[in-house]
Amino acid sequence: MGRVTSPAPVEIERTESAEEVFAVPEPDVPWVTIVHNDPVNLMSYVTYVFQTYFGYSKDKATKLMLDVHHKGRAVVSSGSREEMERDVQAMHGYGLWATLQQDRK
Amino acid sequence: MPGTFEPLPGGGAAVALDDVEISIIRSLAVQLLELIGPGPAEDASDDPLAELFADGPSEPPSDPVLKRLFPDAYSDPEGTPQAEQAEEQRAYSSEFRRYTENDLRTGKRENALAVVRSLDALHSGGDGGAVLKLSTAESQQWLGALNDLRLAIGSRLDITDEEDTDLLYRLPDEDPRKPMVMAYLWLGGLQETLVTTLMP
Repeated sequence: MGRVTSPAPVEIERTESAEEVFAVPEPDVPWVTIVHNDPVNLMSYVTYVFQTYFGYSKDKATKLMLDVHHKGRAVVSSGSREEMERDVQAMHGYGLWATLQQDRK
Repeated sequence: MPGTFEPLPGGGAAVALDDVEISIIRSLAVQLLELIGPGPAEDASDDPLAELFADGPSEPPSDPVLKRLFPDAYSDPEGTPQAEQAEEQRAYSSEFRRYTENDLRTGKRENALAVVRSLDALHSGGDGGAVLKLSTAESQQWLGALNDLRLAIGSRLDITDEEDTDLLYRLPDEDPRKPMVMAYLWLGGLQETLVTTLMP
């Protein structure tokens, strides 16, 4: 009987290690686009950019703008690194001061 | 100088400008164009494909205005990264710059050019002024250009926090920065009223 059942645990172990190997090249840590406060950009313009580019509602865009204004920065989008580079480029196009980083929190 | 954009029925915006105002905006836009520089295509290449594949710069610009218009994409202004991390951020920023800065410069150049063109197309009403009428698309270009102009002037005036702006409002008339400050505040009013006409 021992002989018949002995292969089973080996199979389970194999499955686990296969999942681990698969997970290594794709760490699931998202990237974020951060907009920083600056005294030149108008509050109305920043809200307009968040609504126009990201398609955010007026409420959400206004809340993000106020976060930038009062806290000095706000995370305005998250996703893959490529997506965040696209967003940062767009923000620079609008004249907003934006950076991207991996969200390690 | 009370420049105020009003929405036009059916979309777009209009503002009344006198000759002095027209020449101020035009001159600032031209200065911005000179600062941004010509596109790669104007650098004497006969090969149209060369422009498509031309890499942008990998180092940040030395001019503070350009540095503000094209900031590093990978940097944490509040953070104090370890040497190794700082080196990585510099490398990433440099790569990002190579692939994006040419396009960004093109976009800003086109916006400033749109401003110059629409001003040049104005016909003076004879009383030293004209009404500038913009389509929605032109309004968007103006909005971007007005913002870039304010960023440029703000950078030249060394406006780095809210208190600097408050101080500017109280500059004495004899201060040499006064004319630039007046232009900065006036452009702010133009931008504020223009963005209102575009709000979704």
